[in-house]
Amino acid sequence: MKLVMAIIKPFKLDEVRQALTELGLQGMTVTEVKGYGRQKGHTEIYRGAEYAVNFLPKIKIEVVVPAKMVDKAVDAIVAAAKTGQIGDGKIFVVPVEQTVRIRTGETDESAL
Amino acid sequence: MSTLMKFLFGAVAALAVLILAHIDPAFAQAAGEAAPAATPPAPPPSPINTGDTAWMLTSTALVLMMTIPGLALFYGGMVRKKNVLATVGQAFGATCIVTVLWMVIGYSIAFTTNDSESLNKWIGGFKYFMLKPMTIDAVSPLAASIPESVYMCFQMTFAIITPALIAGSLADRMKFSAFMTFMAAWLILVYSPIAHWVWGGGWLGQLGALDYAGGTVVHLNAGTAGLVCALVLGPRHGLGKENMAPYNLVYSVIGASLLWVGWFGFNAGSAVTANVNAGMAMAVTQIATAAAALAWMCCEWIIAKKPSILGIVSGAVAGLVAITPASGFVDPTGALIIGILAGIVCYFAAVHVKKFFGYDDALDAFGVHAVGGALGAMLTGAFASNAINSLGKGWLTDGNAHQMLIQFYDVAGTFIYCAVMTYIILKVIDLIIGLRVSQAAEVEGLDINLHGEVVQ
Repeated sequence: MKLVMAIIKPFKLDEVRQALTELGLQGMTVTEVKGYGRQKGHTEIYRGAEYAVNFLPKIKIEVVVPAKMVDKAVDAIVAAAKTGQIGDGKIFVVPVEQTVRIRTGETDESAL
Repeated sequence: MSTLMKFLFGAVAALAVLILAHIDPAFAQAAGEAAPAATPPAPPPSPINTGDTAWMLTSTALVLMMTIPGLALFYGGMVRKKNVLATVGQAFGATCIVTVLWMVIGYSIAFTTNDSESLNKWIGGFKYFMLKPMTIDAVSPLAASIPESVYMCFQMTFAIITPALIAGSLADRMKFSAFMTFMAAWLILVYSPIAHWVWGGGWLGQLGALDYAGGTVVHLNAGTAGLVCALVLGPRHGLGKENMAPYNLVYSVIGASLLWVGWFGFNAGSAVTANVNAGMAMAVTQIATAAAALAWMCCEWIIAKKPSILGIVSGAVAGLVAITPASGFVDPTGALIIGILAGIVCYFAAVHVKKFFGYDDALDAFGVHAVGGALGAMLTGAFASNAINSLGKGWLTDGNAHQMLIQFYDVAGTFIYCAVMTYIILKVIDLIIGLRVSQAAEVEGLDINLHGEVVQ
C-alpha cells in the first residue's frame, strides 16, 4: 500500500476527485492548506498599503492505494490537475505499513 | 432547574396580575373619553406639516442606518479578524452613549438659544436639560413644520455618526473604556458647541457660513479628531511589518452602500422639509458620489495599476462627504465637479499623504472625512448658486468671492477648536484610564481581550 499525497490548485479538486473515482478508488481525505513553492506568493494592495502574501491557498488530497494502482493514480492526478502554469502543485508517494477499517476491523488492502 | 422554573413561573404570574390591574382602569378611561367626543371643539391650527414630518421621520431612520450597521460594517470589514467585533462594537457603543447624552444635555447645547446674546455665539442654552420643555406639541424655531421630537431625533442621528466616524483612526488599539469616555466627552465638549456655531445660531451661522448637512460640523470635525487620535495613540503595533490586510471587504462594500443610501436622509433630510431643496439635494448627492467613486478608481487604475473595490467604495464615501456641505446650494454641474475633485484629492490624502507623514490613521477618517469635508466646504463657497438656494451666493457662480473667506473661517475655526479640544480630552483620559491596550492584548486581538468574544 502507498499513500499518494497531492498538493493541487483548489479549483482542480473536483476534476481530480472524478479521475480517481473512475479508477475505482473508494475514498480520499481532503485538507485546505497554505504553502508556497516556485510560485512564491502575491502582493495585495489596500489604499496604498502593500502586503506580500507568501502562503497561497492549496488543496491537499491524501489517498491510500494498493501498490499496483500507484502509477495509475498518480497519472490520473497529473492529467486532471495540470494547467501548465506555475503553481500546479506536487505529488508525493510514501509507503504505508498498515491499514485498519475501524467499523469492521478489516486490515490492509481489504480495508481500503 | 426546578428553582429556576419556580422563579420564572412566579415572575410570569406577577406580570399577569400587574397587567390585569392596569387593563381595567385603561378601559374605563377610554369609555369616559368617548362620550364627549360627540361635539368636538375646533382644534387650533397646527404648524405641523404631515408631509414634512413623514419625510423627516424617514430621514432620521436613514441617518441612523448610516452608523448602525453602515459605518460599523464599513470599518469592521477593513480591520483584521481579531478586531472585527471590537470595531463594529465601537459604532454600536457610540450610538448608545450619544443617544443618552443627547437627551440629557447635548441637544440643548447645540440647538437651543442661550439667553445671553454674547454667549449664544459660542454655546446654546441649558433649558432643554433632560428635554423637559419638549412637550408633545413642541416645535423648534429651527424646524417650523415638524414636531420638535422629530427634529431632536434627526439631529441626534448626526450627533451619533460624527463621533462614531473617529473610530476609523483609532481602530485596533484603544481601550473600550477609554473609547466610551472619549465619545461622551467629545460629544459634549466638541460636537455640540460646533453644531451650535453653524446650525444653532452661533457665530459661524451668523457670519453666513454655508454648511448644508455637515461638511465641517460632521466630517471635518470627526476627521480632525481622528488625526489627533492617530497622533496621540501612535501607530498600531507592527505597522509596515505585519500583514494588516482587511478581514472581509464584502462587509466594507455593504457598509459603504448603506452609507450611500442613508446619505439621502443626511443631505436631503437637511432641508428639514419635503420640498424642492430636498429634491435637488438628493440629485446632487447621487451625482457627486458616483463621480468621486469613478475619480478615485481612475487614480488608482493609473497609479497602482488595478482598480480596487476598496478604492471605488472609498471614493464614493469621499464624494458623499464633499457634497454634504454643498448639497442644498449647488446645481448638478457643481456637484459633478465637486465629486471628481473629491475623488482625486481624497485618494492622494488617504494613500500618499498618509504614507509621506507616517501617521497611522488606520481606516482613513482624516484622509477621507477631514480632507473631503474641508474640500467640500471650500467648494461650496465656489459653486453655491443663488438660483438653487436664495441663502447661498458662490464665488464662481455668482461672483461672491467673499463667501470663500467665510468658508475658510468655518474650516479653520472647526479645525483649530476640534484639534485643541480633542487633544486635551485624550490627554485627560490617558491620565485617568489610559488610552491604549497592552501590546500583548493588541497582538492577540481586541475581541478576546476587551470583550471576551471571537469571530470564528
